[in-house]
Order: sequence, then structure tokens, then C-alpha cells
Amino acid sequence: MKTYEKKGDKATRNGFGEALAELGDTMPELVVIGADVTGSVLTSFFQAKHPDRFFSVGVAEQNATTVAVGMALSGKVAVFSSYSAFAAFRNADQLRVSVCYNEANVKIGGAHSGITVGPDGATHQSLEEIAFLRALPNLTLVSPCDYLEAKKATKAICEMVGPAFLRFGRPAVPMFTNDDTPFILGKANILREGNDVAIIACGLLVWESLLAAEKLQEIHGINARVINMHTIKPIDVQAIVDAARECACIVTAEEHQVHGGLGGAVAEVTAKNSPVPIELVGMKDSFGGSGEPFELAEKYGMTWKEIYASALVAIERKKGTYNKIRQVKDVATYHEGL
Amino acid sequence: MEYLRNINLLTNYSISINFRNFGLSKFSLYKIIKMDLQIKFEEKIFENKRRAPDEFKIIANTLRQDIIKSLLLAGSGHSGGPLGIADLMSVLYFGGYINYNPTEPEWKDRDRFVLSAGHMAPILYAVLARAGYFPAAELATLRKFGSRLQGHPGLDVKLPGIETSSGSLGQGVSIAVGMAMSHKLVDKDSKEVYAITGDGELQEGICWEAAMTAGTYGLDNFCWIVDNNDCQIDGRVKNVMSIYPIKEKFEAFGFTVFEIDGHNIVEIIQTLDKFTRYHALRKGKPVCIIAKTYMGNGVSFMHDNYKWHGNPPNKEQAAKALEELSK
Ligand SMILES: Cc1ncc(C[n+]2csc(CCOP(=O)(O)OP(=O)(O)O)c2C)c(N)n1
Ligand SMILES: [Mg+2]
Repeated sequence: MKTYEKKGDKATRNGFGEALAELGDTMPELVVIGADVTGSVLTSFFQAKHPDRFFSVGVAEQNATTVAVGMALSGKVAVFSSYSAFAAFRNADQLRVSVCYNEANVKIGGAHSGITVGPDGATHQSLEEIAFLRALPNLTLVSPCDYLEAKKATKAICEMVGPAFLRFGRPAVPMFTNDDTPFILGKANILREGNDVAIIACGLLVWESLLAAEKLQEIHGINARVINMHTIKPIDVQAIVDAARECACIVTAEEHQVHGGLGGAVAEVTAKNSPVPIELVGMKDSFGGSGEPFELAEKYGMTWKEIYASALVAIERKKGTYNKIRQVKDVATYHEGL
Repeated sequence: MEYLRNINLLTNYSISINFRNFGLSKFSLYKIIKMDLQIKFEEKIFENKRRAPDEFKIIANTLRQDIIKSLLLAGSGHSGGPLGIADLMSVLYFGGYINYNPTEPEWKDRDRFVLSAGHMAPILYAVLARAGYFPAAELATLRKFGSRLQGHPGLDVKLPGIETSSGSLGQGVSIAVGMAMSHKLVDKDSKEVYAITGDGELQEGICWEAAMTAGTYGLDNFCWIVDNNDCQIDGRVKNVMSIYPIKEKFEAFGFTVFEIDGHNIVEIIQTLDKFTRYHALRKGKPVCIIAKTYMGNGVSFMHDNYKWHGNPPNKEQAAKALEELSK
């Protein structure tokens, strides 16, 4: 049941940058604040097209955030983008008090997120911001799965009123959604139907989940449902509850720490509505290191392989056939022969 | 509507009931009744217009009384800072400098004022009530459950006249810079933006990020007032962590700086005139007014004493303060 096809690679940051530049034509109230990483977060596209509405404040993420708030409180739609490592943490207090408590119409672009920023190493690999951001009242948090979705998501958050954070990445990643793929904030997309296990993913790991689902089908005849949970807050409770009731076991997959991220969000929903076994794929409570993006994804266990193995474990847990000896060896064992 | 109901509840009861809500012992309740201090907020509104210096002193003292009364009723909150900037605030809001319209708080041609030192909220609330944004009686609800007069200003409770929440030091002034940029650089209008920070607040790095931005963009529609009382929670600012020299720092960041006595009405008027009325003097630079003030000014036992940064007066102290302020 192959529903999605890869059509080349392109970075999600391109989607963000292009969308802003295009929106600038139709939204005269759109302003962008730069903090010395304009060329890497691709707000440079907007700057080139609309130089009179682009304002550089230098390497000063706290000030950039509150300056954006001041603009927003004066009637603008104010966008600030820097690396997620600094656009969600250096300015954490500003995000909490001035952006979210004020319900300011500020949009933050958290660029270069996750392990796939690569050789820059641990200082720049932000793998914790979902945990912080989804605890903030009033904030909309989106993690798009590919270039085109990043573009749609950027437009959607700029057109809605209120604080929003878009989390996206640096490297070129598979493009597999198309113009007709729906994008509605807060409404998850089911990319693949299935009732044996539900894989709920965001960002880069949505593609990996589709790969894992194919392998599960091919090798074990397992029908996995793949859900693209692009909006992490407000989360699509219905999609999670349906998945829990209909599949009775879940795997979550994200380019983020397993603590406090999408996995945590899904667990919160199921714990309250319909508890089922959940396996969490993500960074396992450690910092990363330098390397090539996909080398690191392999090393730290954020590829289709872990999703595949976790799905098998989740299904066994659901059936009650899962035992401790398997648990120790699970991922390694399931990788053999692939 | 919800808040209006709450306020009616809060203000229609007598003071002793308010105190009972705060869990004071029977003994102190008895004392309160025995002392028989009547806390009332007379509904009086001041116009925003040019005035003779003496009139501002009268307004400032009304504001100081409001501060003392609301803090007494609140049972917690900051006394020293708000009293210290009462003179400045009376000229700013009632001298025809800031353009605002209490009957239309969201009036699009208004100027903006940001109290970056959010802990000084009691003075802001007193000013807004006396400007006519809401009934003075509402000052009795400061810091209480269901009140629009939050411990630190909040936008969520929709108190008219509040431009942003503030309270996390340093953020307000950076927001004000964003507002000034929005007006000068995007809308290209002539709206002015005023902000007051404390002097301890200047220890926050973001203040200097904001200063750099204001200077670089030549925000001559921006007026940053520093309440230089040389007091903060832990002691004298110069001892806790010196921020001096302030003047040279702001000059280096591209500001036109005025150093004034923050209790000398004539000096305040003359300096604000330079900013607000004679645009040619601005020469494409933001303005910084360093106002030398005394914490707790107007109340003898609080005067220049950093221990009054964050405490409310008790009943006896309030009575004494109100007596001094009514002279
Ligand atoms: C970011 C932040 N850190 C700490 C505080 C706690 N705090 C409130 S007021 C204050 C002292 C500020 O001194 P100053 O600005 O001089 O105000 P004053 O004491 O003169 O009223 C502190 C540390 C805060 N509100 N925000
Ligand atoms: Mg001070």
C-alpha cells in the first residue's frame, strides 16, 4: 500500500524562506527580524524582496523576540527566525512572558532543529525545544514533514492570529507531499491506512515512518497506519484516540528527545482516553555530536529501522507475547537480516 | 463581564471583609477596626493638558495616596519604586505629553507607554484610573483574585490602557523599541513611545541589546526614562552591581541623554518638552532621561530606603503615610 512517492530532496528551511517572501507580497503587515543568521534560516529571501520590512538586530535573540512583540503589539505580523537552539532557549523567558502571555502575533522560525544539523555538533543540535514549547499556553507549534508542508505551514501560521513556532531543519530531505495534500493546523494527516499498529510522527521522521511501514508490510504483512502529526500543539486528540482504539498500539517517532516531545504528547492523550502500549523513537536522553546528518540519525537511532523494530515490539506488547529477553535485544535482533 | 462582577464583589464590601479574605488573624482584624482607617478612592479624573508645576505636585500626591491605599488593601506589593516615580508619571500622563484617549483605549493614533519595571504596577494603575480608563474604586482590587489589576501588568485581563504585560525585567523596554520601530520604520508615522525602566533593571543584558537597536535605528520617537533611585532588592545599585556611569553608556549607544532631578517638576517639564515638543532637537537620536529619584519619595519612613522595594505598608504605616501625603 504505497501511497507516497519521493520526488527529490529539498530542505524544509527553503519552504519557510520561500513562503515568507511570497507572503510579503500580499501581507503588507508582515515584518521579519533577523539575528545574523539570515542566510542560513533563509529569511534572506524575504529581505531581498522586501528590504524595507526586514530589520536586523544582530546576534541578540532575546531582544529580537521582544522587538518582534513590540511590532506585533503595534499591528504587525512579526516573524523572527534563528537556529532553534537559540530561538527557543536563549529567549525562553521572552517567549513565555512577552510572546505567549501577551498572545502577541509573533511567529518564530526555529531553524536547524534536530540532530540533522550535523557537523556543528551538540551546541547547535536542538533536541529539547518541543518539551519546552508545548508547555507554553497560547502557542501553536508546528513541525512540518517536508519542503512543501513547511511552505504551507509557514503560510498557515502567518495567517492565523497569535503566537506560533515553526520547527524545521537544515539538510535537504525527501519531498513526498504534493499540492493536493491537505494542511490544516491542528489536524493530523493520515498518510497510510492500517490497523495493526499506528506510527505517529512529525518532521523528518514522517518519511522514515512511511519507509518502516512498507517494510512491515513487505516482511511481516503488517498493516501500519502512518500519521503525520505536523501540529504538535494543539494536538489532534481525535486522531490519537482513533489510532489507540483501532490499532491498540502506537509508535511515536520524532527528531527530538524521547522525553517531553511528541511521544510525551501522545502518551498524555492516550493515558487519559485510551491507554495502549507505546514505543517511543527519538533521541535517548543524550547530547549528540558532530557528523553528517544521516550518519548521526543512524547513530542515535532516528531512522526507519528503529521505527520498524519498535512497531514489532509494540505489536507484541499489545498481544502480550513480548518478554524481557526480547526487550534487551529488540532493536539489534530485529535489524538482523534487513 | 466576569471581571466586572468580581470587582463589584470586591469593592462593595467594607475593608474589614477584604482583610478577612486575606486570612489576617482576629487580633489584627480587631486592630484594623479599632484604628478605623477609612480607605476610600474618591472618583476624581485629571485631564491631560499643560499645567502649572504646582498642579502636578497635587496630582502626584493623589497618585501616591492611591498607591498606599491599594497596597494596604492588597497586603503585598511594591511601595518604594512606584512612589519614587509618581512625580514623573504625573507630568508624563497629565501634562499633555503622551497622547491617549481613555474612552477609546485602542485609539490608533495614541502614543505608547510601557512600564518596563512591571513591579511598579501600582503607580501605573493609579495613573490609568485617574486618567479615566476605569473607576478609581477598582484600585481596591489590586492583586486580588479576579482583578484586572494583576500583581504585574497583564494583557490577558484586558485592563484598558495597558500596552503590554511586563514584570520580567528588561523585556518591556525591548518591546517598546519594537513599537517605536514599527511606528517610525514601518508605518512611518510620528507616534511616540515612552518606557520607564528601573536602574537595577539595567543590569539585565537585554536592556543593552535594546539600547543598541534604538541607537542604530535612530529611533527619535523613543524616550527611555531610567528611574535612577540607586536602590534595588539587595541594596544600593552601585553595591549590588554597578551600572554607572549611565549617561556615558547611553551616549555611547547613540542616545541624547538628559540627567534630571526626578522630583523637580520644572526640570521634568523642560526635559519632556525637549523630546515631545521640539522635534528638531532630536536629530535622529533616541532620548534617554536619567531621572535621579528617591525610592519611597513622599513618605518619610520609606524615603531612600531599599528595604521598601517590595513591601506594602501595614495599617499604621499606611495611616502615617496618608497623613503625610495629605498635608
Ligand atoms: C528577569 C527578572 N529577574 C528578577 C526579577 C525580580 N525583581 C523584581 S524588581 C527587582 C529589582 C529591580 O531593581 P530596580 O529596577 O532598580 O527597581 P526598584 O527596586 O528601584 O523598584 C528584581 C530583581 C524580575 N522581576 N525579573
Ligand atoms: Mg532602582
